[in-house]
Amino acid sequence: MIDRRTLPSRKEQNGQMTEKVVLKERGESWLRTMVRGRLFEQSLGELYERGELVGVVHLSIGLEATAAGVCSNLRKGDQITSTHRGHNHMIARGLEPERMFAEILGRSTGYCGGKGGSMHVANFELGSVGANGIVGAGVPMAAGLGVAAQKLGTGNVAVAFCGDGAANQGVVWESLNLAALWKIPVIFVCENNGFSEFTPTDRVTAGPGIADRAIGYGVSGVVVDGTNVGAVSAVAEGAIDRARSGEGPTFIETRAERWRGHHEGEESYVGTYRETKEFKDPIVQLIQEMDAAGLDGSLLYEKIHAEEKDLIERSLAVAQQAPLPELSTALEDVFS
Amino acid sequence: MAIKTLIQAVHDTLVDEMRRDERMMLLGEDVGARGGVFRATMGMLDEFGPERVLDTPLDECLIAGVAIGMALDDLRPVAEMQFADFIFPAFNQIVSEAAKIRYRSNGDFCVPMVIRAPYGGGVHGALYHSQSVEAFFAHVPGLKVVAPSTAHDTKGMLTQAIEDPDPVLFFEHKKTYRLIKDEVPDERYTIPFGKAAVRRKGSDLTCVSYGLMQHLCAEAAERLSADGIEVEVIDLRSIYPLDMDTVLESVGKTNKAMIVYEDTRFLGVGAEVSAQIAEKALFELDGPIVRIGAPHVPAMPYSPTLEHWFMLDTDRIEQEMRKLAEF
Ligand SMILES: Cc1ncc(C[n+]2csc(CCOP(=O)(O)OP(=O)(O)O)c2C)c(N)n1
Repeated sequence: MIDRRTLPSRKEQNGQMTEKVVLKERGESWLRTMVRGRLFEQSLGELYERGELVGVVHLSIGLEATAAGVCSNLRKGDQITSTHRGHNHMIARGLEPERMFAEILGRSTGYCGGKGGSMHVANFELGSVGANGIVGAGVPMAAGLGVAAQKLGTGNVAVAFCGDGAANQGVVWESLNLAALWKIPVIFVCENNGFSEFTPTDRVTAGPGIADRAIGYGVSGVVVDGTNVGAVSAVAEGAIDRARSGEGPTFIETRAERWRGHHEGEESYVGTYRETKEFKDPIVQLIQEMDAAGLDGSLLYEKIHAEEKDLIERSLAVAQQAPLPELSTALEDVFS
Repeated sequence: MAIKTLIQAVHDTLVDEMRRDERMMLLGEDVGARGGVFRATMGMLDEFGPERVLDTPLDECLIAGVAIGMALDDLRPVAEMQFADFIFPAFNQIVSEAAKIRYRSNGDFCVPMVIRAPYGGGVHGALYHSQSVEAFFAHVPGLKVVAPSTAHDTKGMLTQAIEDPDPVLFFEHKKTYRLIKDEVPDERYTIPFGKAAVRRKGSDLTCVSYGLMQHLCAEAAERLSADGIEVEVIDLRSIYPLDMDTVLESVGKTNKAMIVYEDTRFLGVGAEVSAQIAEKALFELDGPIVRIGAPHVPAMPYSPTLEHWFMLDTDRIEQEMRKLAEF
């Protein structure tokens, strides 16, 4: 007999304030990560606008807190699998803007030598198995990375980022089933931004919430405000600690809206499919929280913004000067 | 008669058939409210309502499986895979179920479903928005696999696909969507599968292709014609069933054959066509059978230089044609 009362339940972690000691210790790093991601993507948006990008880019402006909050709790050796909307995950994992720009510009100095582009930026060394053009595909691989960590006894964990749309791919739940059974050190982070491309999530997704589904697998499902980096981090920290200590997976659903379209340039064919409104800004929220805690977030922001702006501009300039790949590289790396 | 782009032909044919047969339904990711990312189903939700235009969750395996179930009960589902590259989660349902149901039920059930999928590269789509996947499916008995290259054929073959009592994979080259325009008759017509089209008559060399490549081959053939070399260009249109009669008849006349396809060269459609030429017309040949296809790398790389290297273009086809013609 299962005692239903002992089953995990869905928790809501919304609107809470982050403690001052935590803000003091981690606020600056969160702020820097989010500002870097924001400026990186704004710069991509401008490049797109000017017709300087060959491929498509999916921006995650407005969603920075999930990437920063989760990844700030990871350590070297941990791995993430990401999505088509992965720039912020990569930045938060410590990938260099310069090589990311280079990849997206199709240059030989890019993380994939120009073979991948925006949707495939990856670097194993830095703990990112990468962005992925196939929705949902990263999730079972994260479970596998978790299995490897378990078998090899590395103590590492894996994080599977996915979207609300991806949460309708069966393999997400197949992975969670296995992770729960085998107590795999993997954390599922589902970024629910309310849309799967142009279709509102609730038109294609049953049930009260995606995190609730996890409960059916005996896994705790947590919903957290995806614009509150402290809240995301707190939830992720607990989940990662539990995973590392052999207690298995947690399913985290972060809720935040993307400010931009599904991809840059979509207005040429989709028309309007959502209301225009003011979005919550995770960066502003953090600054305000820090200000309120007497940590002078505003001043810190000025400084960080100037530094990061400089970094992003320099990175882009270097990437733009980088050579295109030699044709001979096209045949390399098919096999060992 | 009107001049239409290929995508317009897809769209208009779907509308015509939806009006004609109440059993027809459209399903896929974003096909309803947004009319699909290529706008193939634009406006259909308004005209036919959510009962018949179904926005599905993001799950290709589900889309294919549900379409099969609907077809089993005599509806006429036309499912869209947003890009052919995303069809692989659905592979199991298509290959294990759709392809085998008629056979394993001893003819009791059938699956009159169509799966449409935009395929092909040259649009800066990188690895997962550029692939050609026809060979995987053409290998499977029980599936019909077609890839029209003109707006005219798109209408006739899509109508045929919807009427067809068996599962049809309908591949549309996304680069042809707005690039290719031609005359499309107003009245309803079907083009039977397994009938290739001779796009250009010639006596010196037979060039077999389909999809976007057919247009490049025709262009290359025009260039050779200026030098007095006449290439016969055959558009297969349908990969399974495959019209070898037209190919063999042409080879019997020209005594030289090449096959041009965008898919991976190894074990692609060209391998089958050239094997059949070798089996049935070896002694007609005055030169080696030439296959031009994609290099053996996992998918189209992203960087423009690498993409250009990967994609065939008219210049390369022209060179190969000249080489073979001079052999
Ligand atoms: C297997 C697969 N199916 C379809 C697509 C096309 N596609 C790309 S993103 C997307 C929507 C994803 O929605 P969600 O997971 O919520 O992520 P979001 O874009 O909202 O960040 C779709 C349908 C794809 N890339 N891969």
